[in-house]
Amino acid sequence: MTRSFIELADVTLRYGGGTLALDHTDLDIDQGDFVALVGPSGCGKSTILKLVAGLLNPSSGGVIVGGREAGAKGGGPVDPHTPRVRIGLAFQNPTMLPWLTIRENVMVPLKIVQPFRADYARKKRGEFAERAEALLEQVGLKGFGDKRPWQLSGGMLQRASLCRALVHDPQLLLLDEPFGALDQFTREELWAIMQELWIAKRPTVLLVTHDLRESAYLANRICVMSSRPGRILEDREVGFPRPRTLEDSYAPEFATLVQELRMRIAHARTESDTAPAEIEPLARRVA
Amino acid sequence: MSDEKKPLLSPKTKRYILSVLALAGFFLLWEVICLATGVSDLVLPRPSQIAAVLVEKMPLLWPHTVQTLYTTVTGFVLGVLVGIVLGMIIGSSRLAYDVAYPLLVGFSSIPKVAVVPIFVVWFGAGTMPAILTSLVISIFPVVVNVATGLANTEPELEDVLKVLGASKRDVLWNVGLPRALPYLFASLKIAITLSFVGTVLSETVAANKGIGNVMMIASGNFDVPLVFAGLFILAVLGVALYAVSALIEVRLTGWAQRKNDMAMA
Repeated sequence: MTRSFIELADVTLRYGGGTLALDHTDLDIDQGDFVALVGPSGCGKSTILKLVAGLLNPSSGGVIVGGREAGAKGGGPVDPHTPRVRIGLAFQNPTMLPWLTIRENVMVPLKIVQPFRADYARKKRGEFAERAEALLEQVGLKGFGDKRPWQLSGGMLQRASLCRALVHDPQLLLLDEPFGALDQFTREELWAIMQELWIAKRPTVLLVTHDLRESAYLANRICVMSSRPGRILEDREVGFPRPRTLEDSYAPEFATLVQELRMRIAHARTESDTAPAEIEPLARRVA
Repeated sequence: MSDEKKPLLSPKTKRYILSVLALAGFFLLWEVICLATGVSDLVLPRPSQIAAVLVEKMPLLWPHTVQTLYTTVTGFVLGVLVGIVLGMIIGSSRLAYDVAYPLLVGFSSIPKVAVVPIFVVWFGAGTMPAILTSLVISIFPVVVNVATGLANTEPELEDVLKVLGASKRDVLWNVGLPRALPYLFASLKIAITLSFVGTVLSETVAANKGIGNVMMIASGNFDVPLVFAGLFILAVLGVALYAVSALIEVRLTGWAQRKNDMAMA
């Protein structure tokens, strides 16, 4: 049997304070798939993302990414010859380094990840700069490479942050509400850009989001999670043909999917026996 | 840069002229008050008298000026280097922080006057105690600021780098140190003025050279204008070294002082 690219097998995670964040969760993701995790806030979506990134270690169970056990230091490999998976990460907060230009910020992963790292000093003015510039152009930031982060708006910084997550051609892209802090128009524009980038390079994407329209627009698969402790309640394929457009997102079957997801999450929030998570403006965002 | 009608002086020149005028006004006022009240130059000499002493005694004062500058700068540079290293250790390890911090606070609370005699016992009077006092006094602000700067890295940014496989050194080099740089420079400006305090203190207590020593002897001889001339030299040196730190700061950490070029963006 071939292994999935990402495997979470019976993973439980209890934080230091005793909070049970994930309870016996299983999740398999195929290479090149686009999976969205949705659920009430505080349900452990970001925890799954951090486990896959290797930033957290499970209390029990196993996390395997690209045939390697994920862990803070890349983990012990299941097969010792499996190379480390290249991962790109983008958060809601763009976290640009203020002392670098936008282009230099985008190039930061090239400074750290092999095989680029070895050539960094030699190629940072030529090939690597062009590579960053090409990505910036793709997200609509042509000509902003020499600007400093404080000269750009939040939406522009988020675009640059996406470029930084993609510049080293990651096999796995982890997005933690990357469009959460943006206005509706910018967000929808970035969905289209994100889709384009995914179709062009086909990395495996794990997207954590509150926005159900976003998940239905972007993902091939949507996993709905329960309230804390998190478990995956429902796993839905999203069959809409690509490339999807904004008009598609107003089609009746799209609206039906979003509506069903929303009901599922509303249900998930009330059925939990733990204290209800804080109320978030889900309905307003989806409307 | 704009084509709008230009005021006679740019705001920058205007500020410059105003600060020079303020300085000149201060000395003028001092002169006038001394003349008007007829206060003796044994109590408060007039700026013109101090200037005259400066010119007249410069050949005598110059070697002492060089000595004070040398001990201060040597102590300052060594202190900053030690401070940076200590700050890096304390700022990047919780254990080191817990262990070293109380010790550091303890040391820095000791009045430096009390330390000079110990240095004299160890190394004899003269240059060495002055350098050491300047060193010891300038370490503390540097350590505290560098440690604070390092501890202030956003966790999300660190995550982004860790996921890329960055080592602890990569994170320190690419994020920690640049982020700590503005904190370091803020501390340099404090440390350089403190360094002067340290040197002059040591020279006053135990030395046969240096401005502190000159002022000590001059006040013993009731040569108050010479004391003031010494003060003046110290002030000028302090301002000059402060300006140098500030200049380097602007060069290296312009990104942290964005307000000034906001308009150009």
